[in-house]
Amino acid sequence: MSYTLNHLKTLEAESIFVLREVAAQFQNPAILFSGGKDSILVTYLAKKAFYPAPIPFPLVHIDTGHNFQETLDYRDSLVKKLGAKLIIGSVQESIDKGRVAEEKGYSASRIRLQTTTLLDTIEQHKFDACIGGARRDEEKARAKERFFSHRDEFGQWDPKNQRPELWNLFNGKMHVGENFRVFPISNWTELDVWQYLAMEGIEMPSLYFSHKRRVFNRDGVLLAESQYIPMKPTEQAEEMVVRFRTIGDITSTGATLSTAASLDDIIQEVAASRTTERGGRADDKRSETSMEDRKKEGYF
Amino acid sequence: MMNNEKNKDNTTSSPLGRSGGAFDSNSYLNMELLRFTTAGSVDDGKSTLIGRLLYDSKSIFEDQLENIEATSKRRGEATVNLALLTDGLKAEREQGITIDVAYRYFSTPKRKFIIADTPGHIQYTRNMVTGASTANLAIILVDARQGIVEQTKRHSIIASLLGIPHIALCINKMDLVNYDEAVYNNIVSEYREFATRLKTKDIHFIPISALNGDNVVHRSQNTNWYEGVTLMYLLENIHIASDINHIDMRFPVQYVIRPYSDEFHDYRGYAGRIASGVIRKGDKVVVLPSGFTSTVKSVELDGKELDEAFAPLSVTVQLEDDIDISRGDMLAREGNIPKQSQDIEAMVCWMSDKPLQLNGKYFLKHTTKDARAVVKEVKYKLDINTLHRITENPQIGMNDVGRITLRTTAPLCFDAYTKNRDTGSFILIDEGTNVTVGACMIID
Repeated sequence: MSYTLNHLKTLEAESIFVLREVAAQFQNPAILFSGGKDSILVTYLAKKAFYPAPIPFPLVHIDTGHNFQETLDYRDSLVKKLGAKLIIGSVQESIDKGRVAEEKGYSASRIRLQTTTLLDTIEQHKFDACIGGARRDEEKARAKERFFSHRDEFGQWDPKNQRPELWNLFNGKMHVGENFRVFPISNWTELDVWQYLAMEGIEMPSLYFSHKRRVFNRDGVLLAESQYIPMKPTEQAEEMVVRFRTIGDITSTGATLSTAASLDDIIQEVAASRTTERGGRADDKRSETSMEDRKKEGYF
Repeated sequence: MMNNEKNKDNTTSSPLGRSGGAFDSNSYLNMELLRFTTAGSVDDGKSTLIGRLLYDSKSIFEDQLENIEATSKRRGEATVNLALLTDGLKAEREQGITIDVAYRYFSTPKRKFIIADTPGHIQYTRNMVTGASTANLAIILVDARQGIVEQTKRHSIIASLLGIPHIALCINKMDLVNYDEAVYNNIVSEYREFATRLKTKDIHFIPISALNGDNVVHRSQNTNWYEGVTLMYLLENIHIASDINHIDMRFPVQYVIRPYSDEFHDYRGYAGRIASGVIRKGDKVVVLPSGFTSTVKSVELDGKELDEAFAPLSVTVQLEDDIDISRGDMLAREGNIPKQSQDIEAMVCWMSDKPLQLNGKYFLKHTTKDARAVVKEVKYKLDINTLHRITENPQIGMNDVGRITLRTTAPLCFDAYTKNRDTGSFILIDEGTNVTVGACMIID
């Protein structure tokens, strides 16, 4: 008998360990649930980690109000299936309360506004740890992120002064008012995620699979025609066969031309892809270090 | 499975190194995970080597390449600076240095790789230690023109101290010494002599040119005298399954699962990740530190029973008897239990500006157990360039390594670090700032 594990089982074991550490080390943790594949994976791993007990964390959705309907439908059915608690932090509410001001112009987005809503939601519910589905392979600032990422009382990340993280020993100690972001799937790549979802036979939102949709091209990114994105006079929507590689706020999620209709098709496509999944994310294109800047302010 | 040679000129193939054709969806079920660390200074070609591994295995994506090309151009650099791939933080890009450990990922059809890319300057020893703590293999680069230098020794000593089982010593820039076999042989023999003092016994030597790609992914025509394998071949094939201790069963209890539901009314599951060894249904186990014994009723995950489970799997264990067990306790097999003591001897790598305080008190985290500890004695400081022991009034400051004795508030269940990286390691945490300040390896 040879005791070897494949890479997916190794990653699963590591992520489950991290999720259990969160339950053990914190008083009031939550899962940040965006409806994207990574937060779906984290939620699924949390179910595995604590079975037959229910997931000991509520799901928190920071809702920009600019959603694909499919995302909301999937979210609600998953919450029902797992018997989980759902908490919604609404960006619209933050705008209505005057906490943030809506961006103007064609490229207006609520991505940056999310940070305020997130920090307000954390404060309101007194979450001491928020579990996210960020991966280190996604983005260069995230390549330096810890599993247990300390945030000061303003929710800020200090990338130059991170706690060393050795072996499998995670230090979740903090002062009152501070909190942690925890990233259990740090070591997964996009391909690992899809391979695992396929191996486990997990049902995924329809947006990830090839479908017909009216889209238009803006600066090389295919955006969905939607009431939430004002189109310039020069922009023309047309029906194309597309799917989404990442799912977030509708205003910043680019579609890719694809005929991938099953998990296996997606694995084929991702394995052959020559661009990163965030290549289609308008929010990352704002500047060279936009992710790092957002993270320092308290973004996921 | 494709050999690498076939991909050489196929720039459209995928990150998995396949050249066309359908991706075998089932092949990934047999892929192992190898973690390796690379340490080096600015000029030894480390970034170029990583860039070369990623590039030749088709793991750099077009938008990443475009991004760093644009940045290199804007900064007025003549060539594409592959270091920008790993140096992601604004401060790193501004200062042109690597501050923190960066993690990089790539796959070939055989394995998935995690690179912990660590800065090599002496002031970043703590980052090197961090990257090394979970690595299977360390790549250490030597400039063929310079030979073995102080830094080579320091990296090797840290790799050995942290128990990395395999070292790949890459003699780089062979192109600049005309691929001279004698240069290579001299470096190899010098290193072999030095390495007799290391704990790491599995050492491989490869003559490479990261810049030109010689012996990195593709075999070089310039080193026909070299009969060994390429670096990529070594990474793909080196035997790592035995790196994990499959003999001494250690199961630190991480979390107790009590559903309190009608269906699982009396369910009590001990969740944890197996640190070492194998655990099976029916095994007689001892609970430490209480010493109570029981029998394993089931080993499971997600409601599915497993016949047996082994490190590093995360599972849930039920026992036949109702015993008081909580987080921080450990299950072991009768007749093979870890040591238990409140007096601990360890090598410490210090990671804080504030030096280690003799008689100072710290929080301590060991497996899933929390305790407090007081530093009773600093035996010596280790010169990590020479392994020389400084015993006269040793002060352990930032990036220093030394041997200390601690007394803990509760007994720890541990093994020597050399036998078990999981039960042999712990961290010290500053009680005021909550920051991790010490990485410790227990001595037998």
